[in-house]
Amino acid sequence: MNRRDILKSIPLTTLSLSAATPEVSPTAPVPKPAITEFKNGKSPEEQRRDNALQTAKFLTAHELATVTLLCDIILPADARSPSASQVGVPQFIEFMLKDQPDMQTPVRGGLSWLDHECRQRFGKAFTDCTPPQRIAVVDDIAYPAKAKLEHKPGVAFFSRMRNLTAAGYFTSKAGIADLGYMGNTPHQWAGPPKEVLDQFGLSFDPDVHYADMG
Amino acid sequence: MSCDLNGKELAMYDVIIIGSGAGGGMAAYQLTKAGANVCLLEAGGYFDPADPKYITQLKWPYESPRRGASTVRAFGDFDAAWGGWQIDGEPYSAETGTEFHWFRSQMLGGRTNHWGRISLRFGPDDFRRYSLSGIGADWPIGYDDMKPYYDRVDKLIGVFGTNVGLPNEPDGFFLPPPKPRLHEMLITKAARSIGVPVFPSRLAVLTKPINQERGTCFYCAQCGRACSAYADFSSSSALVIPALKTGKLTLINNAMAREVLTDPQSGLCTGVSYVDKTSLQERTVKGKLVVLAASTCQSARLLLNSKSSRFQRGLANGSGVVGKYLNDSTGASMSGFIPALMNRKRYNEDGAQSCHIYTPWWLDNKKLDFPRGYHIEYGGGMRMPDAGFMSGIEAYNGLIADASGKKKEAGGYGASLKEDYHRYYGAFVSMAGRGEPVPMESNYCEIDPNRVDQYGIPTLRFNYKWSDYEIKQARHMQQTFDEILHAMGGQRVSPAPSADRNYGLEAPGRIIHEAGTIRMGNDPKTSALNAFQQAHEVKNLFVVDAAAFPSQGDKNLTWTILASSMRTSDYIIDQIKKKSL
Ligand SMILES: Cc1cc2nc3c(=O)[nH]c(=O)nc-3n(C[C@H](O)[C@H](O)[C@H](O)COP(=O)(O)OP(=O)(O)OC[C@H]3O[C@@H](n4cnc5c(N)ncnc54)[C@H](O)[C@@H]3O)c2cc1C
Ligand code: SF4
Repeated sequence: MNRRDILKSIPLTTLSLSAATPEVSPTAPVPKPAITEFKNGKSPEEQRRDNALQTAKFLTAHELATVTLLCDIILPADARSPSASQVGVPQFIEFMLKDQPDMQTPVRGGLSWLDHECRQRFGKAFTDCTPPQRIAVVDDIAYPAKAKLEHKPGVAFFSRMRNLTAAGYFTSKAGIADLGYMGNTPHQWAGPPKEVLDQFGLSFDPDVHYADMG
Repeated sequence: MSCDLNGKELAMYDVIIIGSGAGGGMAAYQLTKAGANVCLLEAGGYFDPADPKYITQLKWPYESPRRGASTVRAFGDFDAAWGGWQIDGEPYSAETGTEFHWFRSQMLGGRTNHWGRISLRFGPDDFRRYSLSGIGADWPIGYDDMKPYYDRVDKLIGVFGTNVGLPNEPDGFFLPPPKPRLHEMLITKAARSIGVPVFPSRLAVLTKPINQERGTCFYCAQCGRACSAYADFSSSSALVIPALKTGKLTLINNAMAREVLTDPQSGLCTGVSYVDKTSLQERTVKGKLVVLAASTCQSARLLLNSKSSRFQRGLANGSGVVGKYLNDSTGASMSGFIPALMNRKRYNEDGAQSCHIYTPWWLDNKKLDFPRGYHIEYGGGMRMPDAGFMSGIEAYNGLIADASGKKKEAGGYGASLKEDYHRYYGAFVSMAGRGEPVPMESNYCEIDPNRVDQYGIPTLRFNYKWSDYEIKQARHMQQTFDEILHAMGGQRVSPAPSADRNYGLEAPGRIIHEAGTIRMGNDPKTSALNAFQQAHEVKNLFVVDAAAFPSQGDKNLTWTILASSMRTSDYIIDQIKKKSL
């Protein structure tokens, strides 16, 4: 079995008796103790699956370099927040490709399409193009409504990369801070702040005794 | 005397309960508190929402390598459901041309660890739909029979809400509701302006302390992860763990019941055989009384698989109704985008997980072209980002002008795209209708003669199609959503589904409110259980999940499972005292 087959054979559900224990690579020095307990809310099967996915590799070094450039074109650094690659988005995408193998062909194929397009136009792969050359190609695939028919495969690929990049970015610590999500911490909910109510001309139902009113 | 394989004498329990969800948890709680010796068989593992090894509450998306995506767990990595739409080694099927999606969660507490906590009593009309409309079925009991139990469940478990005095949306004993969120206030205003009522929702979340054991909500909007403070209702934390403390409960985890055993002479239940999932050994427990609470379809499967020469069509199935009249809520939804909510001020908007407002059914079906009503649940707000964060932005970021007043080309990249994520975050609302279906004999589950699961237990095959009643109801839902959204000045994001897609009516099973497969009634020829959910044919056999329900109203059914299980438990205690069992 090659690595991909091994990964495919790991069941997706948490309850399987037949959960295949991922093969330990032949060079591994000491076998780790078997995982038998829940940890951080994850079942033993989930922990084993995640560990196996994390040690496996899908993207080649060249593909990962292309993904990294694309991520940073999609969400670059600015005065307020870091770029996508600075918060680990390429690694997140690599993980998702192993986690959801259905994405492997569209992404690998999209990366090849991009290189092919660049070779035709500029005689070199995307990573070897100059920044203006890269942007010239990206401009042709980043706007679904006005894209030319011959660029449609690139459009679908770029939309996927945009969605993956945003998911990885805005679920990272820095991305959450950048977005301004302020929850996930115990608090007393007492309705929208007064200035927000005023902005929208809203007020609470006077007949209702709400939880925060004592 | 009965013995196990090693010749050890088996304990004789007063009651064996199969399944520890809403129905089984309540029965275990009531019966152990009354002093009965109870054995609880649960197919899944042990779970305590407060044990750190199980806790996912307050974890950040980056603590999951897939950022909470739903690859492994159907509702995402942090969700407290061990199971999903498919479970490896435990398949089910559907008859060609029909469809049913079956959500199972195998763990202590079943699906109550991650349910939405929307807790609606049925109203008087919900128990007599046949009498009122000439289609469907009446219950053998009415609201007056259930009211005392709903009242007790409100007080025992805790639910917030408000008394609004509506005829078919009964008042209860409510804790104060949390204030609405901004989008909920905008929805309320818009909906009311077009005659659609909106009230505070009713959720099984403790906004005030109700006892020493359970904490108070601290508004993390993560009830689906099961509350480590026990501030939401999970059967594990609120019923089974307290029942264990009585010392009267023997909980056996990883015990997959195979069949209910009966005595060929008396026809009474004598125990349950099960597979220990950890060792794959077959085991037996003996009891004077058996209570099924494995959830609607599993309980039916158990009866159909409990065949003997005396019960050739399956246990308690002389009528042939077991498996039939399977019905799930209807569901259709819409998501929209509210320009007025763009560039919102940021603040912590987490409340309870589900909506703080809802719309109960407000129209008269006699004046409409479909016979049953629906209620509306609402979503939106500045939620914690996850792996699906604003996915598909290229479909809408060209709709609205930016700060400079120009509309952008949809899609894009770079600084201006980053800005779009900021502008659009928290500017969406969703509306979901949950409607009452008409239970049909032609919608059923049965044993697939050709298949067994990995424990050798014959599996279920489903046969389910929506009728025109449900499709027309979904069309009406979509019209209502559009009207409310229009009144808010919003724009649809999800496409408006047309007739060829049944107006967005979700496939059967998708709303996860299955009911009806072992229905109760007064006539043993057309029902399997009597008005106390006791089998007509086997007097020491009871069913306390939604399998017993002849219909389900448009109200999510868990509160009624809890109340009816409590009522049946009281009846069992009473009958034991009277020595009639
Ligand atoms: C995402 C989601 C949201 C929901 N939201 C709401 C809501 O807001 N309001 C509402 O009213 N309802 C809601 N529900 C539905 C609610 O979860 C169910 O109605 C409720 O849990 C049913 O209780 P039950 O006891 O019948 O079954 P379950 O909770 O499913 O419990 C059944 C138990 O039996 C065990 N079992 C099954 N077969 C066997 C066997 N052969 N042997 C031993 N044990 C067995 C299972 O492992 C499980 O633990 C929601 C459901 C889901 C999935
Ligand atoms: S919202 Fe409240 S009840 Fe729900 S999990 Fe958070 S703290 Fe617990």
